Amino acid sequence: MTAHDPALARPNAPTTTYRYDEFDAAFVKERVAEFREQVRRRLEGSLTEDEFRPFRLMNGLYLQLHAYMLRVAIPYGVLTARQMRRLADIADKYDRGYGHFTTRQNLQYNWPKLVDTPDILEALAEVEMHAIQTSGNCIRNVTADHFSGVAPDEIEDPRPTAEFLRQWSSAHPEFSFLPRKFKIAVTGAAHDRAAIMVHDIGLAIETNEAGETGYKVVVGGGLGRSPFVGKAIRDFVSRADLLAYLEAILRVYNRFGRRDNKYKARIKILVHEKGIDEVRQAVEAEFAAMDRSVFSYDPAEFERIAAFFAPPPYETLTAESEKLRAESVAHPAFGNFVDVNVSPHKVPGYAVVTVSLKPIGGIPGDATSQQMRVLADASERFGFGELRISHEQNVILPHVKQDELFDLWKTLDAAGLATANAGLVSDIISCPGLDYCALATARSIPVAQAISRRFSDLSRQRRIGKLGIKISGCINACGHHHVGAIGILGLEKKGQESYQITLGGDPTFSAAIGEIVGPGVTADQVPDVIEHIVDFYLAERQENETFIQTWRRVGHARFKDVLRREGEDGADI
Amino acid sequence: MTALKHPQILFASDLADGEVVFLGQAGWERDHARARIARDKEGAGALEAFGKAEIAANRVVDVYLADVEIGADGAPTPLHYREKMRIKGPSVRRDLGKQARGAA
Ligand code: HEM
Ligand code: SF4
Repeated sequence: MTAHDPALARPNAPTTTYRYDEFDAAFVKERVAEFREQVRRRLEGSLTEDEFRPFRLMNGLYLQLHAYMLRVAIPYGVLTARQMRRLADIADKYDRGYGHFTTRQNLQYNWPKLVDTPDILEALAEVEMHAIQTSGNCIRNVTADHFSGVAPDEIEDPRPTAEFLRQWSSAHPEFSFLPRKFKIAVTGAAHDRAAIMVHDIGLAIETNEAGETGYKVVVGGGLGRSPFVGKAIRDFVSRADLLAYLEAILRVYNRFGRRDNKYKARIKILVHEKGIDEVRQAVEAEFAAMDRSVFSYDPAEFERIAAFFAPPPYETLTAESEKLRAESVAHPAFGNFVDVNVSPHKVPGYAVVTVSLKPIGGIPGDATSQQMRVLADASERFGFGELRISHEQNVILPHVKQDELFDLWKTLDAAGLATANAGLVSDIISCPGLDYCALATARSIPVAQAISRRFSDLSRQRRIGKLGIKISGCINACGHHHVGAIGILGLEKKGQESYQITLGGDPTFSAAIGEIVGPGVTADQVPDVIEHIVDFYLAERQENETFIQTWRRVGHARFKDVLRREGEDGADI
Repeated sequence: MTALKHPQILFASDLADGEVVFLGQAGWERDHARARIARDKEGAGALEAFGKAEIAANRVVDVYLADVEIGADGAPTPLHYREKMRIKGPSVRRDLGKQARGAA
């Protein structure tokens, strides 16, 4: 299958994504030219590293353990086939043939050269992509539900809101030098797939009693050194007031957020130290006093943006595909894939497919350039040329006809992309850890790989059911370990890598921070410990109970007991 | 001469391509086996001074001393696992980093 195959020539390929206007395009191009000049001056020596660092970070370029690292923004996780192909081409031409999809719906290249970075940014700009605000103390890439626009439980597609926020926050002069980075996530569904409770601001689209659509605003969530679940600051903000209200929150944070201590600078600390009521008062006072006309909501503008996310031209199909049913029975491996990785779609006859980037023993979130191309082609052939990146480090094909799932599965399978483990124990979120990251205190990828191998039997995984394991290589918590049902944190203990296990984390509306069970263990011991926890859960669970439900019912003490007894048996945990 | 607890070598990253480099006898080396070894405080100070000058000359960034032990072949091996990793490359991708070239 190539891009020129007639089968790919669906009418109106991707129409479901935002396109740059002239202003956007010119702005991004200008930034690339500016950075090219900064790199030139750095290399010839007229800029020192101290002078240059802020410029490179403003363009998503870090210095890591083995090389530079470039973080590319994927706004609210939405990608077109053309963009995915470009990411693949960059991986081949300027990197080592692969990319790493992260929990912030970004893509990271691990081996770019400084000298090549302006060319990479230019190649990105040609397909309306960039690395702006993927670093620094500004409003970062806005993230959203990866099932946006297609989930049956959706109240409203969160992408127009996310795009609205992206435009408001991009190069916002007042919020380019906040006390610390600032992360906003949006969901528009009954189930939270965007982890809004652990963001600086989380927005949940809701309808009020008058039938008006607006937002519940949650503030002060976050992970890292001091993890907090966010608190509702307002149960309902009308759409007309959204930007002004967020502006008020950011102003209060900008004014009162601590700048004396990097570790206390996030808005979560402000909310924690002052209390949500005091923060709310300050925000409401600002909101009441400010000139809101500047941020006044223009319904026509919102509609203009929303039009970019109009549904693609779906066909009228029957709700349940007979073909799919027959193929699922005839091909059990395919049947498993359908059961585990395929989710319901709001349009009859269609399905949402999660492509796992967690093959057994693989590196979570990594995709080769070849796989990126397969996904790009597949999205055109089977889904209007649109892809999503999930915060779980997987790729979503959001509009696949049920009748075509089998063909899609064969395509994915041939590319090593058909692992039927979405949401199961081997679908592990992992940050790069000490294999790449300069801040890490321990490795995280090999731990993920070892657990994945231990649970390689997919039928056993399905018996265990949905269970999120999340791993970070240091307290910064990029791997979201605090909200993993089982969380693993890599630390250094007496010159050795050591792993601390937490249980009971939950990233959804019922968010909870996991609790530490027992002392740290070595990397070798982690799979055993996880297995004991899982076995205890299986023994204790009542019908259809999820891990979290069992944990909450049975109580922490008994889970901890299991591990303590293990320790007495000589497992040294 | 003031003794060091452990011998040390100087790590840095090449400015233009980001690769990990080590200060050798005559300049920056990409193979840690060729790193100049400081065995006392004065030697370490000299490495650091050279590193500072090289930062000022915009050739390298992120310069620091790391403790090593000296093998039978005379080559230094870092003591800490972080630097052990840096002289090789990602432990999960043996085809990448210095190890891919057979340098470590
Ligand atoms: C250059 C590599 C990276 C650096 C230097 C870095 C740095 C940090 C730091 C310092 C924090 C703590 C922030 C705070 O609490 O104030 C953090 C948090 C976080 N990072 Fe990273 N990180 C890196 C890679 C990643 C990757 C690969 C991901 C995704 C897999 C990621 C996603 C996150 C997330 C989700 C948090 C959560 C904490 C929060 O904001 O509440 N980061 N990172
Ligand atoms: S959690 Fe720590 S080790 Fe992992 S990517 Fe973030 S900063 Fe690096």
